[in-house]
Amino acid sequence: MTTRRSRRIVRRPPAPVVLLAAAGLAVFVVPLIGLLARAPWGDLSTVLAGDTVVDALRLSLISSVGATAVSAVLGVPLAWVLARVDFRGKSVVRGLVLLPLVIPPVVGGAALLFALGRRGVIGEVLYESTGLLLPFSTWGVVVAVTFVAMPFLVITVEGALRNLDPRFEAAAASLGASRWTVMRRVTLPMIAPSLASGLVLTWARALGEFGATVTFAGNLPGRTQTLPLAVFVGLESDRDAAVALSLVMVAIALVVLVALRDRWWRAL
Amino acid sequence: MSGRLEAHLVVHRSDGFSLDAALSIAPGQTVALLGPNGAGKSTAVSALAGIIPLAGGRIELDRDVLDDPGAGRFVPPDQRSIGVVFQDYVLFPHLTVADNVAFGLRSRGLSRSSALAKAHDVLEQLGVKELGGRKPRQISGGEAQRVALGRALATDPRLLLLDEPLSALDATTRAELRRVLADHLSRFDGPRLLITHDPTEAFLLADEIYVVEHGTVTQSGTAEDIRLRPRTSYVADLVGVNLVEGVAGAGGVDVAGHELRVGDTHAAGPVLATIHPRAISLHRHEPEGSPRNAWPTRVRLLEHYGDRVRVLTEGPLPLIAEVTPAAESALDLTVGSAVWVSIKATEIGVEAR
Repeated sequence: MTTRRSRRIVRRPPAPVVLLAAAGLAVFVVPLIGLLARAPWGDLSTVLAGDTVVDALRLSLISSVGATAVSAVLGVPLAWVLARVDFRGKSVVRGLVLLPLVIPPVVGGAALLFALGRRGVIGEVLYESTGLLLPFSTWGVVVAVTFVAMPFLVITVEGALRNLDPRFEAAAASLGASRWTVMRRVTLPMIAPSLASGLVLTWARALGEFGATVTFAGNLPGRTQTLPLAVFVGLESDRDAAVALSLVMVAIALVVLVALRDRWWRAL
Repeated sequence: MSGRLEAHLVVHRSDGFSLDAALSIAPGQTVALLGPNGAGKSTAVSALAGIIPLAGGRIELDRDVLDDPGAGRFVPPDQRSIGVVFQDYVLFPHLTVADNVAFGLRSRGLSRSSALAKAHDVLEQLGVKELGGRKPRQISGGEAQRVALGRALATDPRLLLLDEPLSALDATTRAELRRVLADHLSRFDGPRLLITHDPTEAFLLADEIYVVEHGTVTQSGTAEDIRLRPRTSYVADLVGVNLVEGVAGAGGVDVAGHELRVGDTHAAGPVLATIHPRAISLHRHEPEGSPRNAWPTRVRLLEHYGDRVRVLTEGPLPLIAEVTPAAESALDLTVGSAVWVSIKATEIGVEAR
């Protein structure tokens, strides 16, 4: 903080720059003002207690927490392999992991449908052998959301593992710790702060996912209609509910950003 | 009681560097691997500890083959029972000092409470019992060194590796901790390998020194052997410094009844005086001029290294001087010829021992 402050420009900033900066800030603030102005403050609690709203909240909670859990179980080992194992085509693998950050989520959802739908490459085999049908199910929401959100966990954890001096793990091994013990007692505790922020970012991204979910899992209230989908539908049918749900999501996002301010976005 | 280490380390690193060095250390013996940065010393530690596998050669410890690529045998690091004191100590920052020391015991299946009890005993032996509850970032470099040693020794390893154990310390604590380290090393009865770039450290802590240059051992022997007969000019430079033990008093250092005047007069008590061979001048007659250390003696040995000549003088204070071949002929130096030795007081380094 001290260095930041001491680096501050002492001279008066040029007026055009200040004006453009203010306009830039307005891009973010104006929509928020619109939302706050339109909010049904009086009967907010009644609106939020409505069936559609409660269902959407519940589904969002299940799918975002589920996707975060799946990301942790699959993403941490993937990050470890990317950080610690040298193999051919590693840059391609890393590119594949980062792909969901770049492609439109709708495209991701469509791709999932072609792969895991009832007629999909894998989906058909899955359906015929187990009867499991992912599209238009709550599990499908978890899959779609994981696809979009897991890259956040992988890049955060991979970065932390790369920054971890490998001698800590070597020291643990020399003391007789098995690979599993090294991972459990040294590696994971030492990257815990990054792992935590990776999990929170993943969860936050999962909570806000729209495109892949609506394409792959559809928009079925009580089954696949998460908060963002409910907001989109509500704009047509029940504006008060849409605004109230939007406020809930903005509040969650703000809490997450403030909680992570020192860990993540100051370093960006 | 641990057995002998017999190792022939052949490692090819991906950056093109190769190490090919043979080592043999008896139980209770300290061997120093002495060489400059990039000579392959840390690679040797990694190979012995099993962090990197050998490309060739063999490691045998206590009659147990740990690595032998020819026979397809490789014992992973966690099953080698080798204690390592890493450079900069590498204490686990998220664990307390006591948990760091208990780490190896817990990895070997001891319960948390008995591992911690043993850890406290180890810390007590090392004189740092009170640090048990602190985190590594809350202790000094000297304390961290003892904790790292304790962590390595707590599991009763069969071999102790020390990678630059003193280089993270400042000069003042280094001399003191060198003594403490020597003391603790003598209590470990297995083979001990000290990795260092500091000749003084090697001379004071090791029974035998292996000099490594560019991945190979260029010379090995006792400190005395190497100092008196360095085989390459590089070794001469690295280890050829005169080290004399003495007692500092007012105005000088008493070395076996010989009073050396030194520039630094702050030291008192037992000291180590260091004199670079090039700081010693040889004369045919008694030198005149500014007050300095001068005495008559005779030439005991003469050795030529390219464009340099190393001259060992007779006692009571035998020293190695380095002169040019021109000076050699001007002074008409031969074994047995009489010379005067002179050293400027400011050229003598003094540190507490």
